[in-house]
Amino acid sequence: MTGEGRSDGALERLKREGRIVVVGASLAGLRAAETMREKGFAGSLTMIGDEPYEPYDRPPLSKQVLLGNAVADHTALPRRRAIDADWRLGVPATGLDMSARRVRLGNGDEVEYDRLLIATGVRARPWPNAEEGALKGVFVLRTRDDGEGLQQALAAGPRRVLVIGAGFTGSEIASACRERGLDVTVAERGAAPLVGALGGVIGEVAAEMHREHGVDLRTGVMVTGLEGDPSGRVRAAHFSDGSTVEADVVVVGLGAQRNTEWLAGSGLGAGPRGIACDAGCRAFDIRGIVTDDIYVAGDVARSPHALFGYQFLSLEHWGNAVAQADTAAHNMLSESADRRPHLWVPAFWSSQFGVNIKSVGVPPMGTEILVTQGSLGERRFAAVYGYQGRVIAAVTFDNCRWLPFYEHQIETTAPFPPPFATVDRRPEGHKPLPADFPDPSVPTHGPTITLSGYSPADRKMTFTPGRP
Amino acid sequence: MRLVVDLNRCQGYAQCAFLAPDVFAMHGDESLLYNPEAAAEQRENVERAVAACPVGAILLELTDEDMAEMAAPDAVAGAGSGGAR
Ligand SMILES: Cc1cc2nc3c(=O)[nH]c(=O)nc-3n(C[C@H](O)[C@H](O)[C@H](O)COP(=O)(O)OP(=O)(O)OC[C@H]3O[C@@H](n4cnc5c(N)ncnc54)[C@H](O)[C@@H]3O)c2cc1C
Ligand code: SF4
Repeated sequence: MTGEGRSDGALERLKREGRIVVVGASLAGLRAAETMREKGFAGSLTMIGDEPYEPYDRPPLSKQVLLGNAVADHTALPRRRAIDADWRLGVPATGLDMSARRVRLGNGDEVEYDRLLIATGVRARPWPNAEEGALKGVFVLRTRDDGEGLQQALAAGPRRVLVIGAGFTGSEIASACRERGLDVTVAERGAAPLVGALGGVIGEVAAEMHREHGVDLRTGVMVTGLEGDPSGRVRAAHFSDGSTVEADVVVVGLGAQRNTEWLAGSGLGAGPRGIACDAGCRAFDIRGIVTDDIYVAGDVARSPHALFGYQFLSLEHWGNAVAQADTAAHNMLSESADRRPHLWVPAFWSSQFGVNIKSVGVPPMGTEILVTQGSLGERRFAAVYGYQGRVIAAVTFDNCRWLPFYEHQIETTAPFPPPFATVDRRPEGHKPLPADFPDPSVPTHGPTITLSGYSPADRKMTFTPGRP
Repeated sequence: MRLVVDLNRCQGYAQCAFLAPDVFAMHGDESLLYNPEAAAEQRENVERAVAACPVGAILLELTDEDMAEMAAPDAVAGAGSGGAR
């Protein structure tokens, strides 16, 4: 019983008059703040965000907004409740003093905290050549402003759009362009669209989808340079196979970078791969010791997951940001025995060329794939991924009602290949195929899931025990 | 009037598109497109859609009255009133 009363008191005091600071005022930050208030947190809450806008939703930016069905500045997230926060928008956090429990802001202000939640997410990876990237007509797509700018450029009726990178965002942009009747070229370094996220078998289906809808899809090539006209507007792109494509709008869809630079030198375990945290969302410091007052959630976090061999998962998924924010907020206001692990089963959706693509689990862990229902050719199917004799993930194309079933299979580590019969299993679904993911040691852009835990094949450190 | 649909949860049953066709629309067989900032006069339709969605995927922003109500009988939630002001 030692100290129980004391720590109870501390938690009560924190709830009553503590100071909680959230850095990153977007999806994860907002949902966490709402949960804190729901849990009865009555102290001061400061929301710090470098964008000048209140939290908004990003998925519509590459879908409704590009189609012209919604306006970028109309994507503000609905509130589940009022959070009575002190909003510091349009100013970035630039530093963290862990021992003084203080966050430094870009305008010189400092904000003290008793508990800190970091939810700074990721940003679009820019075109590697800054000069070329600054040409007029070159876009990335991550923010509301990006969405607004790109939608205007598409509305102006460009002669050709070039999309560099055929991950989910790139594919959705290409799809929107075609729907608007615009000519579009997609350049992908891999063998097919979506290979990094879903593997080569599904990638082939995606490639056909692009081509059938009139996308000029170029795979296995890299864009080596962008060329501007004398007025500084992009005009053409040069490819590694020697070809040139003329385009007046170029969208760079090369994945994302984690927003952790502001933590450099703070002593927190933050780097290019995100911020490592325990299953309860508590951040690690650089010594691998878990902090007690700093939590992380959303795209910037990487945390171990029991279902996937305790690998550290970094997810760039909407649902993960919501679920992890909720867990982090709960744990920030709980005694250790009442804390919950974040064991959400990864899931995401995408919508392109009128097809609803959904996935659960961790497809890139899969070594084999089996089409359990429907057929790849009809683009209406469910397929499961196998890893060491168990179901590790599933993907559906226009067949989402089955997904909860497969989710349950993953959660119960069901055997792979599935021993049961399914209603509409076709001959092509009788034998598993190699899932055909690109070699993970070769860098690719835009993974939606990064496996960043220790693997014996991934020796980046030498362990040197001290001599007695 | 702001809303968001959790498209992980949405199973494309199209109930919402039936009840509030000016806000929700199907795109292809089962992809849902919606206007995240619907016109105020759609409120009744959207509320019907929220209630009818079989998987509870639609989150509609509370009105100021809703929030005030949440703040008032806070005897249950203890110190939870900090949020709604
Ligand atoms: C175009 C697009 C389409 C998408 N479509 C889908 C989809 O179909 N399905 C799906 O599951 N997911 C999708 N996603 C991913 C989803 O939007 C993200 O997973 C989600 O936004 C993550 O939320 P977050 O709060 O962790 O991070 P973010 O939304 O990235 O928010 C982080 C915030 O922190 C701010 N910030 C960064 N550094 C600082 C600093 N130093 N100080 C203060 N503020 C800072 C950032 O500017 C940003 O506002 C999409 C994303 C994009 C961009
Ligand atoms: S009613 Fe619900 S499940 Fe059906 S389409 Fe609308 S949001 Fe999706």
